Amino acid sequence: MTRPAVRSLAVNPLRMSQPLGGALAFLGLDRCMPCFHGSQGCTAFGLVLLVRHFREAIPLQTTAMDQVSTILGGAENLEAAILNIYERTHPAVIGVCTTGVTETKGEDMAGALVTFRQRHPELCDLALVFVSTPDYVGGLEQGYAAAVGGIIDSLVEPHGSCVVGQVNVLAGSHLTPGDIDELRDVIEAFGLRPIMLPDLGGSMSGRQPDQFAATTLGGTTLEQIRSMGRSQITLVVGEHLRAAGDALQHKTGVPTVFFDRLTGLEPCDRLIRTLMELSGRPVPQRLRRQRESLVDAMLDGHFYFGRKRVVLALEPDLLYVYAHFLAGMGCSVIAAVAPTPSSVLDHIDATTVKVGDHSDAEALAAGADLIISNSHARQGAERRQVPLLRAGFPTFDRLGAAHRAVVGYRGTRDLIFEIGNLFLAGDQEHGHAVPPSIQRPQGDFSKEVHYGRSKTAAAG
Amino acid sequence: MHADKLTAVFNEPACAHNHAKSEGERNKGCRKALKPGAAAGGCAFDGAMIALQPIADAAHLVHGPIGCWGNAWDARNTWSSGPELYRTGFTTELGELDVIHGGEKKLYKAIKAIVDKYDPPAVFVYQTCVPAMTGDDIGAVCKYAAEKFARPVIPVDAPGFVGSKSLGNKLAGETLLDHVIGTVEPELTTPTDIVLVGEYNVAGELWQVKPLLDEIGIRILATISGDGRYREVASAHRARAAMLVCSQAMLNVGRKLQERYGIPYFEGSFYGVTDMSEALRNMARILVERGAPPEIVERAEAVIAREEAKAHQRLAPYRSRFAGKRVLLFTGGVKSWSMVAALEEAGLTIIGSSVKKSTAADKERLRQLKGDEFHQWDDLKPRDIDRMLRDAKADILLSGGRSQFVALKAKVPWLDINQERHHAYAGYDGIVTLVEEIDKTLSNPIWPQVRLPAPWA
Repeated sequence: MTRPAVRSLAVNPLRMSQPLGGALAFLGLDRCMPCFHGSQGCTAFGLVLLVRHFREAIPLQTTAMDQVSTILGGAENLEAAILNIYERTHPAVIGVCTTGVTETKGEDMAGALVTFRQRHPELCDLALVFVSTPDYVGGLEQGYAAAVGGIIDSLVEPHGSCVVGQVNVLAGSHLTPGDIDELRDVIEAFGLRPIMLPDLGGSMSGRQPDQFAATTLGGTTLEQIRSMGRSQITLVVGEHLRAAGDALQHKTGVPTVFFDRLTGLEPCDRLIRTLMELSGRPVPQRLRRQRESLVDAMLDGHFYFGRKRVVLALEPDLLYVYAHFLAGMGCSVIAAVAPTPSSVLDHIDATTVKVGDHSDAEALAAGADLIISNSHARQGAERRQVPLLRAGFPTFDRLGAAHRAVVGYRGTRDLIFEIGNLFLAGDQEHGHAVPPSIQRPQGDFSKEVHYGRSKTAAAG
Repeated sequence: MHADKLTAVFNEPACAHNHAKSEGERNKGCRKALKPGAAAGGCAFDGAMIALQPIADAAHLVHGPIGCWGNAWDARNTWSSGPELYRTGFTTELGELDVIHGGEKKLYKAIKAIVDKYDPPAVFVYQTCVPAMTGDDIGAVCKYAAEKFARPVIPVDAPGFVGSKSLGNKLAGETLLDHVIGTVEPELTTPTDIVLVGEYNVAGELWQVKPLLDEIGIRILATISGDGRYREVASAHRARAAMLVCSQAMLNVGRKLQERYGIPYFEGSFYGVTDMSEALRNMARILVERGAPPEIVERAEAVIAREEAKAHQRLAPYRSRFAGKRVLLFTGGVKSWSMVAALEEAGLTIIGSSVKKSTAADKERLRQLKGDEFHQWDDLKPRDIDRMLRDAKADILLSGGRSQFVALKAKVPWLDINQERHHAYAGYDGIVTLVEEIDKTLSNPIWPQVRLPAPWA
């Protein structure tokens, strides 16, 4: 992989900030209010992007730091924010992410938490998770991982006993609510009871509240989080949550099983094998049928995937998922661009693997058959005249981004159809190119070319 | 951010609201303290970007960590009739080492990289909170780069934490006054040259107005900044009249154009038949007062008469369809009053409007228009909107994207009237489009369906 020299300029950035990733994770908790400790603009920008992607009301607050409070220290604003949020919306949990502003100042978040608890014993039931997510380090994945780590650190309780059949799933930021729901279905099919952390499937999948909900509605409940220490096993999905999985195991003793991806026949088989062993149950009929239809889709689809040239620009773990899936179907990944460094980039087979921006992906997309990236890639794809499949965050110019599922046998099968159809359409668009040597001279057909019997033949 | 600049911007003499204050109050400025944990809205950087980014041939470079522009670029629907460079997201993407060692050299290199590759007529450099804290002197870097690359490199000193979006608008205006306007002489001037201030060509709204101005014989010398070009904005000081399209957000620009260059300005709106006609009349009148040929007044009247008749004819069928339909307006500034007039012309009943971002003049204008009975909410919370919608006090919510889902979750129609909208609502055609969009939404057959109880309910 080429690691770039330190760049001075990002052009059409692919990278998003850590606090945004943190907010994404907190949105997967039930009755939660995420809050950025920074200027109100930090929240406004993140909020707009989340609203456009999920097409949902997004709870996200701010400590509204101004110049003066930034210089004098933000502890007062932080305290006021928590009190105001509590008074207005009564959340079960408030997840606070720092920003570039408060990290540059060097806010003592651990100290602030202790002080707050001392000053407000009446709010002992309100769960608080503070995480350090400076904008100037890392990106979406790191912020998401920091929040999941913070939730485990602050809220999970160690237990001696074990609840048979209870399974933890640490779900990476590359999983959509649709992916999480699909995964839940598969696990439940074995009679197991999964706790998804975070559970965006519960909160960001188009809930219809009976009354106004100022916090998240649905998602992992506090009770579930607290009981994660009693699970039989933890499935960790995505490299960026590996450390959080280790922390959970360290804290609770619950063993972890790591999945680098859940898209593609082999990794799905591995998941099913794990669930078979864990539950001691046979594989349900419908999953057997799903595997058959995935194999069938691979057979039907491979004609259109072979040697197709694809450019990817995605968050590292999603990049890894797509690169392996496409390679497994016979495509050539000609460029894989990630916004931030990650160890998974060393395990991606592509002509170019680099940390960069949409402008880098655009530059590498000459002659590509397909670009897979978020909605921000549409300008470059248009200029390159290459079809774009929207994947990842943010997808704001297509419906259903939250529900698109690409995990499991069924998700993989549907992804084959989705991408295969784009390739098919491209093949058909090019039509039949007639080689020059075969092309006939243009001319007056009536004089020079006779179809059917000629007059002389008829006369004879 | 220099304190004296901030004070000066807050102490706007042309602002009626500011004028009415006592000396002590005035010294405090018009800053409203934000409430932590209960605030919503953009920052000053956001506001500055809104005001300047539509200058389409310039490069807009954000000096800050990735959170500022990585999360926010490619979000606005302002259109250009030519150059597309303004849509490219440039940022120095400051890292931890830049926070420690300072990011000035990186900024210089970034400007150089832009000039080398894109060769824009100008580069705008936006300051953000983190480098403002660490003390990066973007003014000095811009000055050096401007000399080095022989083109304007303009520092926009409006880091997010100095205040609100509307303060950012004002600071962007100051930036233009200090660094841009008056630096280029136009190749051609006419006695009917105008400058539009605060018109951003969202979804092509400017283009709904321009053909009528062309017909009347009024020339847009420059727009600040919709479908803008750097050289045009820089030559705006040669305009004969200025129109402030977005009320008071850029009042400072109007006043200083008048003080420095003797350009008279008026405030107006392109929303709604009445306001559109008034804007055309004012433009023609002021231009003639300054020596433009008097016949433009007649031509304006002819256009107004024709377009009004056409618009009223097109709006007439909606009046019966809209009978008894109530609208809740959740927006700010100029839109609070100009939209009200526009919607009532179409036969809708407006039950109230938020006036959060509106100035005293905006509010007064609304009061004159609607009387004291009309609801003007200073701080309407999403929960309150939800209650009003669920109690069926309103049939449709018109607002910006962020409150969209308050309406939709209450299963009530909603229409976007802010920055991100995809339809143009300006001028005579625009009001018909707006009304058609409202009708399309209100009459969609999904509403009774989605309100059906579930089989198990």
